[in-house]
Amino acid sequence: MRSTEIRQEDTLVDLPVIESEEGLETEELILNMGPQHPSTHGVLRLVLKMSGEKVVECIPVMGYLHRGLEKIFEWRTFHQGIRYADQADYVSNMLNEHAYAGAMEAIGGIDVPRRAEYIRVIVDEMSRCASHLIWLGTYGLDVGATTPFLWCLRDREEILDMFEELCGSRMNFNYYRPGGVLYDLPQGWLGKVERFLERFELDIDRDYMRILEGNEIFLERTVGVGTIPADVAKAYGITGPMLRGSGVDWDLRRDRPYSIYPELKTLTPVVFPEGDAFARFKVRVGEMRLAIKLIREAIANLPGGAMRARLGHVWKCPKGEAYYTVEGAKGEVGIYMISDGRSPNPVRAKMRGPSFNNLQIAPWILRGRLVADVVAILGSLDFVLGEVDR
Amino acid sequence: MVIDERPAERKGVPIDFEEDIIQRRPVTTQTGLGGEEVPLHRPAIAEDDNVVFTTVTNLVNWARSRSPWPLGYGLACCAIEMFSAAGAHHDLSRFGMEVFRSSPRQADVMIVAGTVTHKMAPRLRRLYEQMPEPKWVIAMGNCASSGGEFWDSYSTLQGVDTIVPVDVYVAGCPPRPEALFEGLLRLREKISRGG
Repeated sequence: MRSTEIRQEDTLVDLPVIESEEGLETEELILNMGPQHPSTHGVLRLVLKMSGEKVVECIPVMGYLHRGLEKIFEWRTFHQGIRYADQADYVSNMLNEHAYAGAMEAIGGIDVPRRAEYIRVIVDEMSRCASHLIWLGTYGLDVGATTPFLWCLRDREEILDMFEELCGSRMNFNYYRPGGVLYDLPQGWLGKVERFLERFELDIDRDYMRILEGNEIFLERTVGVGTIPADVAKAYGITGPMLRGSGVDWDLRRDRPYSIYPELKTLTPVVFPEGDAFARFKVRVGEMRLAIKLIREAIANLPGGAMRARLGHVWKCPKGEAYYTVEGAKGEVGIYMISDGRSPNPVRAKMRGPSFNNLQIAPWILRGRLVADVVAILGSLDFVLGEVDR
Repeated sequence: MVIDERPAERKGVPIDFEEDIIQRRPVTTQTGLGGEEVPLHRPAIAEDDNVVFTTVTNLVNWARSRSPWPLGYGLACCAIEMFSAAGAHHDLSRFGMEVFRSSPRQADVMIVAGTVTHKMAPRLRRLYEQMPEPKWVIAMGNCASSGGEFWDSYSTLQGVDTIVPVDVYVAGCPPRPEALFEGLLRLREKISRGG
């Protein structure tokens, strides 16, 4: 075993003495949040420099979950890499797989059968729902509500059950393949999805919105908290629901179309202009409703045929490089892949994790905030540390 | 028609709750599920005055095994399954172990759920040392058990048992919530044996 002795970060800096109005001498305080903290959603560590209740400076410390995914991509074959792409954003695995498989298809020039594309859209949107459900539940916990967590996991379990029937695993599915998907839909699966969607649609209005949207405590904690103006959001390279919560109408499904999204008529990005935590909540709930519509349209138009392109017994990726992006649950998931045409492994596979780019704004957004708001703001950013550290 | 399954000497007699119903309850094992019967020193119970004869060790082990509080130490993918186990569908509170503590000082069991990196390893060790005795560790998932699919990664620990003693290993990537239950029940078995 290699040595695990790692030098503790030196946090003993000189703190300026502040004279308060009453003549009391106070000092700035350094508060360590994490890496083991229930509201950092994983293993993020924040070093907060506090003046009383106010955050003067926030330094995020990352890397506690750095598993070397991008290096591992280079050591595994193209097909094995799909399984590791799962691990990056482990809450919405299917979307990562889509980006990885899409990059391979872009290099190899593979035509994906239309049925596979429709299946991909269905599982992508279900995965997006699963991710937003986890976010909604844990965000409820962050601001002090326990019930949404139980309700959201109840609906998420149904999605996971259907995924399990589809590909045999509840998480880390390994379902995508270059040129299609691994298995066709099981018999009666679409009926199950439709029945679930009916109930899920009711649940969103009846449960989540009723318990949170009109809840005074929830409104107090979120409205006007953590506001990101549109220009700042663009400058920091934020994508996904956070960007649309700041009023920027940018959705890769429509603006950089992939798969069969251009053919879906119900695709209208959910945009709210306020930019605060409540707007981000509304965007994510709106995306769940949009996902329901998209899945229904995809099921209605689902064509027959093969679910995987014929690539021969041993498929060899030709020489080339490609950057393929997917609108993930947290933003733009991109894979930049280089293949030299000889090796069975990619020479390089760079992953653009949206959580990492979205987390960049944390120091800006937390400066001058109360420490009680830190949890509410961090929760609304919706990052997954597996994707931040990779 | 009512079928009277009672023994011959009780047939025809009006049903007595104490005699006929309670006596016929199925015998469950100590562990709760249908595992192997734990060879415990069964206390002799006198029925009239409710005096229990046992050893202090047995009593303490029994009390400890019932409701260990886990430290919610979610690191990666397995953390999501750990939360699912605590959620409404799987409902860990059926076994009395749903009280996830955020502070190690209030916890009995550390569930290491996820990949432990070299950067995280000293923190994990420190959290383990902060837990009060007696304490147990469950390695949840392949990564925490043996390195799993990150067996050749340059930045992950190859099994959490290289830095803390592990009592129960739960296999899977990630393990299903049912697998975590099995692990927790195995731990309960181990504690009630005095482990």
